[in-house]
Amino acid sequence: MANPVKSVLAAGGKHGLSENERRDPIGLAVIALNKLAQSDVLDRLKIRKTSEQTVFRVTSAGFKTASAAGRAFARAGGAGGGKRVPSAKNTGLFDLTPGEDEQMLVDVVTEFATEVVRPAAAEANEACAAPEDLLKASLEIGLPILGVSEELGGIAAERSAVAGVLVHEALSQGDMGLAVASLASGAVATALSLYGSDAQQSTYLPAFAGDEVPAAALVLAEPTALFDPLTPSTQATRSGNGFVLNGEKSGVVRGAEAELFIIGAELDGKPQLFLVESSTPGITVVSDPSMGVRAAGLTRLVLKDVALEDVALFGDAATYREVVQNSRLAWCALAIGTGQAVLDYVTPYVKERSAFGEPIAHRQSVAFMVANIAIELQGMRLLTYKAASRVAQGKDASREIALARRICAERGMGIGNDGVQLLGGHGFVKEHPVERWYRDLRAIGLMEGAVLV
Amino acid sequence: MINLETPKKIRPLIDQAHQVAMNMLRPISRKYDQAEHEYPVELDMLAAMIDGLADSGASEGAGATGVRRDDKPVEAGNKNGANLASVLSIMEMCWGDVGLTLSMPRQGLGNSAIASVANDEQLKKFEGTWAAMAITEPSFGSDSAAITTTAVKDGDEYILNGEKIFVTAGDRADSVVVWATLDKSLGRAAIKSFVVQKGTEGMRVERLEHKLGIRASDTAVIIFDNCRVPAENILGNEEIDVKEGFAGAMATFDNTRPLVAAMAVGCARASLDLTRDVLKNAGIEIDYDKPAYSQSAAAATFLQLEADWEAAYLLTLQSAWMADNRQPNSMEASMAKAKAGRMGSDVTLRCIELAGTLGFSETDLLEKWGRDSKILDIFEGTQQIQQLIVARRILGLSSAELK
Repeated sequence: MANPVKSVLAAGGKHGLSENERRDPIGLAVIALNKLAQSDVLDRLKIRKTSEQTVFRVTSAGFKTASAAGRAFARAGGAGGGKRVPSAKNTGLFDLTPGEDEQMLVDVVTEFATEVVRPAAAEANEACAAPEDLLKASLEIGLPILGVSEELGGIAAERSAVAGVLVHEALSQGDMGLAVASLASGAVATALSLYGSDAQQSTYLPAFAGDEVPAAALVLAEPTALFDPLTPSTQATRSGNGFVLNGEKSGVVRGAEAELFIIGAELDGKPQLFLVESSTPGITVVSDPSMGVRAAGLTRLVLKDVALEDVALFGDAATYREVVQNSRLAWCALAIGTGQAVLDYVTPYVKERSAFGEPIAHRQSVAFMVANIAIELQGMRLLTYKAASRVAQGKDASREIALARRICAERGMGIGNDGVQLLGGHGFVKEHPVERWYRDLRAIGLMEGAVLV
Repeated sequence: MINLETPKKIRPLIDQAHQVAMNMLRPISRKYDQAEHEYPVELDMLAAMIDGLADSGASEGAGATGVRRDDKPVEAGNKNGANLASVLSIMEMCWGDVGLTLSMPRQGLGNSAIASVANDEQLKKFEGTWAAMAITEPSFGSDSAAITTTAVKDGDEYILNGEKIFVTAGDRADSVVVWATLDKSLGRAAIKSFVVQKGTEGMRVERLEHKLGIRASDTAVIIFDNCRVPAENILGNEEIDVKEGFAGAMATFDNTRPLVAAMAVGCARASLDLTRDVLKNAGIEIDYDKPAYSQSAAAATFLQLEADWEAAYLLTLQSAWMADNRQPNSMEASMAKAKAGRMGSDVTLRCIELAGTLGFSETDLLEKWGRDSKILDIFEGTQQIQQLIVARRILGLSSAELK
């Protein structure tokens, strides 16, 4: 900035105002009135609750707390690589039918999404938090250990990216925010299974396979425009045998509750991941309620001189790239689920809603929007499945994931937009869930991290 | 098990079609774009070669003849058969040239109709024929029920009268599958198709159209003037079954729409492949990991085009795969055709824009693909007709409710 001392006339830099905005005398008068209205002079006689400030409030932006004290993860395991699941086999045949096990899993998760997730969605959106009993129930159906190797206490016999995608899709059909909340720990567990060293797997994975599964978050995003996860601005520097992290991260699921983070930072000019326990000093959690996926309790992390041991370094730069890709793939699956929810909701609606003496579905301008939702949604789904099957088979999927992400961002948001449009004014009010899906679908294409297949 | 890679056993066929497209079609692509209505003699040799390959069993279902659905019991398990092979090879051929692919002897859309609905005797009788398809008339396009061409039974013959337009390969084909009504008052149910062999008295090619694209392909106006056709040349059931209605005739489209979608996919990939090179020469490489908006606008645009292309490609494979596995696919065929049709125009036209005057110029083929692609969003059912079909299916509405 050219002039460090800002004139009172310069309005930009906050409240969504561009730096070009200037106040005139009327504007100054208005701002003075506004300050007066907010001043406690006006409500000094009323009793202000102080207790609410001691509880971490995810519903208000910028509320700060230290990260959770968290459990002590007992160090275990030795040097050397961890256990790995084998790649899925390839029959050489084009096939759109899920395997038997995958279908069973999808059926279970779909029931959970329909019976438990969808009914809880509206309230969780307001509270910016997932209900405890829902999270507990998600453990019972095995969500956190879905991508974890059998050998490590999980249920994956082979690389399970396809099963992961199907589960993300099915859950998101219930609600994207709650899906993210209940899949976040699994993202960290899956990463540990896929890329962790023996020491990292032995130290952290037993907790995820046990009864008291820790909240955990895969943290890649940063609050900057045009953020490229492959060049994070969060810095890791070497210090003795360990590392020190400094920077700010965003898109952190349930940051205040999380006991373990995998955090992306730059080390020696390369992007790297670090395992960070929440009890490590220097981590401030800042609430960051966003447009959508609110039930995931999104937060930021401010990292100030966070000191880590050498065991914290997770994989290498190639691991980092794979995690970025497979996280994007998981977001694609979430987009499909929510897109399907929109299609399933608008279809009966436009047939029941009447205008000018007949159901609006009888009009091509309405019916064609529904047709296009169905067409684009199926395209998104096929791209995502193709990318997932390549990941499962151990093939390079950079191209397929990029294309899936592009189309899910573009067409997924289009589906959310059309969904609200088809309901008209009713789509704009919270009596119907479509406005929430509209907000949730905006996450696609910009979120990094949080979920992983 | 979910797997969307091209089937291993079809890969040799794809490679073969790619070589043919590259070495046979591309070198003569511009020549027949400019010499509209001239017969591409090179294709006869190619057809002979393809016949040879078919005889040797090396190219299962390389063309339109491979789409027949027979009544054989459904085998258990996942099948990758003639429908997938057909769309995949058509994609490669149309990556070479759409107009020339449409002019491939014995690969006409009429062949698809015969393969779809002919009985065994007819199959034998018309084996080896090159059949064009004649549906459209001057007074209607999408509204096939408005057919005015009549077929009147007279002894063991039908007498056809009417005018057909937009008959692809109508001049070069050996025969034409003609749609006509047995009784206009009975509506769609009375519409039947007839195989009329060239040289039949009363049938004449009136003229050839001059077109925006696919100029290598002849598009004919055909007049039927008291044209007598043997009664056994009627395809499908001779009876007028009001309950069955149009279904029999329309079933053809479930087989031909994936093929046209495949044409759009092939044509658009030609544009993408060349544009990727053109951009590279201009210093722009597509990075699949870097966020699109952190790359140049051209790269971001290219990513969007390629994503839409991939969606159309996979929707096309899906509709063919469903046919291979005997699953009803008429909605998916229309989805594929709708997505591929609009993607084809969008991709080929945007690629021209990205390449600038280089793309606009006839010195290369981008401008040609931008013209060729347009018909693919029109024939075998326009974009709007496909949307109508998908909408009716999704919403569970009849054609009387959703007009």
